[in-house]
Amino acid sequence: MEKIKSLADLKKMQETLRVKNKVGEMSTDTDSLILVKVAMATCGIASGAREVMEVFIEEFAKRNINASVKQTGCMGYCYAEPTIEITKPGNEPITFGYVDLKKAIRIIDKYVLNNELVDGIIPVNYETIDHK
Amino acid sequence: MAKIKYHMLVCGGTSCHASNSEDILKNLQDLIKIKGLDTDVQAIKTGCFGFCDKGPIVKMMPDNTFYIQVKPEDCAEIIEEHIIKGKKVDRLLYQGTASKENLSNSNNTGPHKKQIRIALRNCGVINPENIEEYIARNGYQALGKVLTELTPEATIEIMKKSGLRGRGGGGFPTGLKWEITRAVKADQKYVVCNADEGDPGAFMDRSVLEGDPHTVLEAMAINGYCTGADKGVIYIRAEYPLAVERLKIAMKQAREYGLLGQDILGTGFNFDIEIRYGAGAFVCGEETALIHSMEGLRGEPTVKPPFPSESGFLGKPTNVNNVETYANIPAIINKGADWFASIGTEKSKGTKVFALAGKINNVGLIEVPMGITLREVIFEIGGGIKNGRTFKAVQTGGPSGGMLTEKDLDTPIDYDNLIAAGSMMGSGGMIVMDEDDCMVAMAKFYLEFTVEESCGKCSPCRIGNKRLYEMLEKVTQGHAVMDDLDKLRNLSHVIKDTSLCGLGQTSPNPVLSSMDNFYHEYLEHVGNKKCRAGSCKSLMQYIINAENCIGCTLCARNCPVDAIAGERKQAHVIDQEKCIKCGACMEKCKFNAIFIN
Amino acid sequence: MEMVKLTIDGKPVEVENDTTILKAAKTIGIDIPTLCYFQLKDMNIENRPGGCRICVVEVVGRRNLAPACSTNVAKDMVVNTHSIRVLNARRTVLELILSDHPAECLTCAKSGYCELQTMAQQLGVRELPFQGAQSTYRKDTSPAIIRDVDKCIMCRRCEMMCNDVQTVGALSAVNRGFMAVVAPAFEMNLEKSPCTYCGQCVSVCPTGALTEVDHSRNVINSLADPTKTVVVQTAPAVRAALGEEFGLAPGTLVTGKMVAALRRLGFNYVFDTDFAADLTIMEEGSELLDRLTRYLKGDQSVKLPILTSCCPGWVNFFEHNFPDLMDVPSTAKSPQQMFGPIAKEYFGKKLGIERKNMIVVSIMPCLAKKYECQRDEFKVNGDPDVNFSLSTRELAHLIKLANIDFNSLPDEDFDNPLGASTGAAAIFANTGGVIEAACRTAYELYTGKKLEKVEFDELRGLESIRHATLDFNGLPINIGIAHGLGNARKLLEDVRAGKSQFHAIEIMACPGGCIGGGGQPFHHGDSEIIKQRAAAIYREDAGKPIRKSHENPFIIELYKEFLGKPLGEKSHHLLHTHYFDKSAGTFVDE
Repeated sequence: MEKIKSLADLKKMQETLRVKNKVGEMSTDTDSLILVKVAMATCGIASGAREVMEVFIEEFAKRNINASVKQTGCMGYCYAEPTIEITKPGNEPITFGYVDLKKAIRIIDKYVLNNELVDGIIPVNYETIDHK
Repeated sequence: MAKIKYHMLVCGGTSCHASNSEDILKNLQDLIKIKGLDTDVQAIKTGCFGFCDKGPIVKMMPDNTFYIQVKPEDCAEIIEEHIIKGKKVDRLLYQGTASKENLSNSNNTGPHKKQIRIALRNCGVINPENIEEYIARNGYQALGKVLTELTPEATIEIMKKSGLRGRGGGGFPTGLKWEITRAVKADQKYVVCNADEGDPGAFMDRSVLEGDPHTVLEAMAINGYCTGADKGVIYIRAEYPLAVERLKIAMKQAREYGLLGQDILGTGFNFDIEIRYGAGAFVCGEETALIHSMEGLRGEPTVKPPFPSESGFLGKPTNVNNVETYANIPAIINKGADWFASIGTEKSKGTKVFALAGKINNVGLIEVPMGITLREVIFEIGGGIKNGRTFKAVQTGGPSGGMLTEKDLDTPIDYDNLIAAGSMMGSGGMIVMDEDDCMVAMAKFYLEFTVEESCGKCSPCRIGNKRLYEMLEKVTQGHAVMDDLDKLRNLSHVIKDTSLCGLGQTSPNPVLSSMDNFYHEYLEHVGNKKCRAGSCKSLMQYIINAENCIGCTLCARNCPVDAIAGERKQAHVIDQEKCIKCGACMEKCKFNAIFIN
Repeated sequence: MEMVKLTIDGKPVEVENDTTILKAAKTIGIDIPTLCYFQLKDMNIENRPGGCRICVVEVVGRRNLAPACSTNVAKDMVVNTHSIRVLNARRTVLELILSDHPAECLTCAKSGYCELQTMAQQLGVRELPFQGAQSTYRKDTSPAIIRDVDKCIMCRRCEMMCNDVQTVGALSAVNRGFMAVVAPAFEMNLEKSPCTYCGQCVSVCPTGALTEVDHSRNVINSLADPTKTVVVQTAPAVRAALGEEFGLAPGTLVTGKMVAALRRLGFNYVFDTDFAADLTIMEEGSELLDRLTRYLKGDQSVKLPILTSCCPGWVNFFEHNFPDLMDVPSTAKSPQQMFGPIAKEYFGKKLGIERKNMIVVSIMPCLAKKYECQRDEFKVNGDPDVNFSLSTRELAHLIKLANIDFNSLPDEDFDNPLGASTGAAAIFANTGGVIEAACRTAYELYTGKKLEKVEFDELRGLESIRHATLDFNGLPINIGIAHGLGNARKLLEDVRAGKSQFHAIEIMACPGGCIGGGGQPFHHGDSEIIKQRAAAIYREDAGKPIRKSHENPFIIELYKEFLGKPLGEKSHHLLHTHYFDKSAGTFVDE
């Protein structure tokens, strides 16, 4: 990695990355990529988030689903760990709590493939500051 | 296979549940079936939306329509109008979203949300192990901005104007602290990140470090630029391995990208960071003790002054800030002091992260604007008390704080109000208690913690807290006399008045505030030998109801300490002196003859 | 320095702005009680951890009470040192300390000297309102020091002495909260630590947590045994401090009364370690001259500087910390250990007393001497050259125990031959004294000229590290002096680095030298007492008819009759020793 040499370079890089990663953005394009974020703070991992993440990765590969699974930090729902957030193209992100291995499969079967919701949805009850 | 097109999310939070959300869900599901919509429409129960005062809530997706104060009889109309005709039901719509313009709100069709995430803005959003995701979210732009566009003085001015105060508990104005450290002349200065989080049940800092480590690195560099330090040290408890791991990854990446190290962003500014580990001593959260621990010395505080800003790490001027404080700083630089100062109360600006715990439904990490009331936090965000029990008190400020009660629920949360109410902000632990919690036992619980965590340097904290604990134990065991309550109070005041550091100066707070608010419970323990919460085991009495007892001797045979006497076919009696309250007798009794008094 | 005006207890006071409230109050006669605070003025020794909280005072406008010992004054400050709030807090804190302190005053070694006891009296504590668990620990007895840390009040004075002043690092705070206490690492025994037994911890401990191992009972038993001839030797520093135990002003010389008291206690011969000090000069001074002459002749194998070896605390220190430099110190035994073999092998044989029937007791200002006389290399077939070493304090107790009215005793003289000494021996008690004594002799032996002025003023004083260049007939001799092991460490680091400019270095482990030894009457941090003792020692020197060791007629006779010559074969056998590497093994549990 070459070092970033100036603020202007940093800003340029940010623009590129923002488009590329669509981090935290609601995906509005018709691209079929499904984004799954797994809350992997200590408490999440302790309640089994790592295994849940592995299941998603394995199942998506097995079923040939175009999805990206990644770890993130604490979402704040300690009472409902492990917690995941799924963003389907054109949809608002949905957060599921109490995701064990069985439920992970169910979420794939029902929501990812069939757009059918399953129990344990946690409405996002916070606002985060704009990054623009 | 047809896919579901509409989702109807029915709030299943405690409060909505209490106002018939269960019936709403059932009605919706029935109607969907009756109308033959079940291939297209799904109604489902969700967790709490956090707008309990507007409940029950039904949210329509994907168009994000919020219906509030929905009644079971409204369901038909919603299905008919919204789903079938595609027309919103105006009279149930949430109106008057006075959304703050300067806050993004991708879901702004609903009522204004109680939580605003500034310090936690990237937690649960980005991959903490990937610097590019941080950069994509404006990462390191604040550092770039101060290095290229602002002088240290101007940056400090922004910090002062923002009104940010130390989030570790002290509440000292951050900008002022930086200014003081900047003013001291020295060949070497340090900035330190205090990540020695130690309050029982608190994990705010851990979550930030695990979820967004770069924000801390960036803010430390800004701090270094402002105070004139080129070295930063993160003092973190060794019990946080994941946070350490992610910090190390973040530091490595930041160096690779030229955001730490020499000549950052071509500005000539040098700054690098190292990690030092704490062994998990609570007292090492105190600045001077923290610095001693970093130096490899015994982690105990020394008398201030000199303050670390004059003589800190290795005798050099040192600026210590807490993780959450740091996490706010890039946002303040990017969005401006006025923006930050527009959130919160007059003297407490911005937000505060709390770890909600105890007898509350939604145990979790929340970030709320200063000025929110405890009622909103506990009953709306927290979803109320578990198992439908009654709220009794909430402890803020961890073991140094106090118990706040019903009368304080509508007090806006800020540094000064909490102190006025007899507690403190602390680092952000918030433990909720219900009617099953004995307030004397709670005070004892916190004292046990401070007794354990006292460094032992000064006599009032070392011995005084132990004596306080022992007296509280006497109270919970029913051995105390009235004189002990006076002693408790006087000793508490003396410990506060004479202890060397913040630990001892605040450790009696749970005792004093529980005595102030629940003195009757103390009196009951002492006078009536009763614990109304039923949690003090020594005060429980297992009693045999002579009318129900048939004298089967089963209880006597099962008593491990031979405390039960009685002739066969005669009512038995429990010797309270011998009884160890194990409960074996009650478990064995087939005639419901044993009860707890 | 800027002056500030403030008000204490309604009285105006003006002091420099870096003055503590405690010191500011003292200037207008207000005495704020302290417990953990300790200061040895002029020696840069101060302990003010702000831990005991006895000295708390009310500063108007401040939220909580302030520790007077560690809070600086400020402009227009208004301080109340004994308001109701302060008195209640101070007393409660003391009651807390007492609630975790064994109530063993009746049998405690420190009873009557205990600062905690005094404080309880001063604050009028008559009952203990707080009862509860006590923090208790294993009692640890080493060859010289007993740690009974149930009585530790965490004042940290010992820690300050051991670490900051002595840089020994044997003691530090361990454990947390209620169980916090000062102890060797891992709470091991002191014997397993790098402790030098200098005893400075004992000399500052306010309570009975640290005391010396008491050998007075062994001495009484020996005195009561008719088969034993009991010989006593008294170190130079004892006579300048013993009087303090009997209410005499510090600096009162009680040589004659001390001799009289020892006779009345039943010692068969009352001798003087000063005699052995003269002997030490003969040996050590000769060694210095020998090394110097060889060095000047170009002998590369000669180790310079030569280091004095009279101080057993210092010997322990370099054995632990500088084992690579063990060939640098003089091999001469300390006066105590030179006296032992001379008493048993020369004097005893002369009188026909069998070695097993002779008991040698030493009276020392020192605790390390207790350890020294137990070292294996100072024993013959298990019989120690010096059987028991008592501290000045123990001797005082013994005198009181025997109902001897010390102050009304007549002055008596030491017995001969081992009681005769010169002024050079007397000054062994002060920092700089050994090297001054050595120079008096070395000068005359080297130059062959008479030394007109025997006092080397440039070697005297209380500065922590001193150096002087003496003129040996055109040859400049560089002398270094350090007292306190922390200062010694600095000089030794230079030697180790090959940077030392000195030909000879004198080191004494205790601040002030032996007069400030760990076995002396407690000075409670009053450095005036140390100065008075030092002055008394120089008076003792000045009052002696002979002031150079090599002129002591009994020493001359001893060499003629028994030893032959300094550094000779017999000397080598009886008066010189060797050192051991103790760097390994500390803090290792067997």
